[in-house]
Amino acid sequence: MRKELEKYFRKDKLPHIWCPGCGHGIITGAVIRAIDNLKLEQNKICIVSGIGCSSRAPGYLNFNTLHTTHGRALAFATGIKMANPELKIIVLTGDGDCSAIGGNHFIHAARRNIDITTVVFNNSIYGMTSGQYSPMTPKGAFATTAPYGNIDRNFDLCKLAQAAGATYVARGTVYHVPQLIKLMEKALKHKGFSLIDVVDICPTYFGRRNKMGSPVVMMEKIREMSITARTAAKLPPEELSEKIVIGEFYEEQAPEYTEEYAKVMKKAQGGKLNE
Amino acid sequence: MDEKSIRISIDEKACKKCGLCIAFCPMKVYVSEGGKPIIVNQNACTNCKLCELRCPDYAIIVGGEDVE
Repeated sequence: MRKELEKYFRKDKLPHIWCPGCGHGIITGAVIRAIDNLKLEQNKICIVSGIGCSSRAPGYLNFNTLHTTHGRALAFATGIKMANPELKIIVLTGDGDCSAIGGNHFIHAARRNIDITTVVFNNSIYGMTSGQYSPMTPKGAFATTAPYGNIDRNFDLCKLAQAAGATYVARGTVYHVPQLIKLMEKALKHKGFSLIDVVDICPTYFGRRNKMGSPVVMMEKIREMSITARTAAKLPPEELSEKIVIGEFYEEQAPEYTEEYAKVMKKAQGGKLNE
Repeated sequence: MDEKSIRISIDEKACKKCGLCIAFCPMKVYVSEGGKPIIVNQNACTNCKLCELRCPDYAIIVGGEDVE
């Protein structure tokens, strides 16, 4: 590891437990590099996670960190941000943690436009518990709990976030790392709720169940399937079903929740109205 | 290796032999030896750092670092 990045890690906790070729290490590295590029103050950052393989990430990171209950990362993060709006809050969560167990917290955090950056490690599976399908497992894919193929339609988390009110929405992949770092920098600079859906690989459970082979083959698949949001806009919808659309989808400036709340406090304490 | 070639260091203890660096190097700098990346074409390295960024285990450092 590069010397300048070492301060962001709890070196005594490394090497991490993630399997060979797991994309989680790549995403965590991208988060760290984005933080380093922006020169954010380490002590003013709080990283929060739920449960799952991805949620182990804060354990390796040398910031204020919180490893919470399943699906509730955003609920805890909301509490931290309300108590101390000065902190930069980053939520690292998995696809199951965020969209299933934490689905309700997710849409309401987005709706409130609270200033939290959420990074979803979307490997399409519950890896830690041996490969059950999640709401983001593609239709037709195999999982421990879908031995004949998954019949559920999967969420498009970016569309969900945008509809719920998130003010910065983007998707990256573990193959396109330089782009991913740029998206993360933008999300970290954005004031309001930002979501980055990161298409990730789980070679151990998703890869084996779906006979995809090595991490290299899974990465090649991501490379083949990825198209930019701009290209996707020109294609008919039926051609998009097998594609991963990456890039920025939405950005807007809107009132941020903790700032709105500060106004309420001021009002309640006898300050001027409508300030 | 001539003086201009880019320095590449691999932390063998951290490497989990996933093979991503070997497969996706645009200049084919590495070959696999039992899964481990072996540098065979160092002069071809363009310092793009893609292998470093894609290494899930932070085992690679490419160019411009105070490697001790």
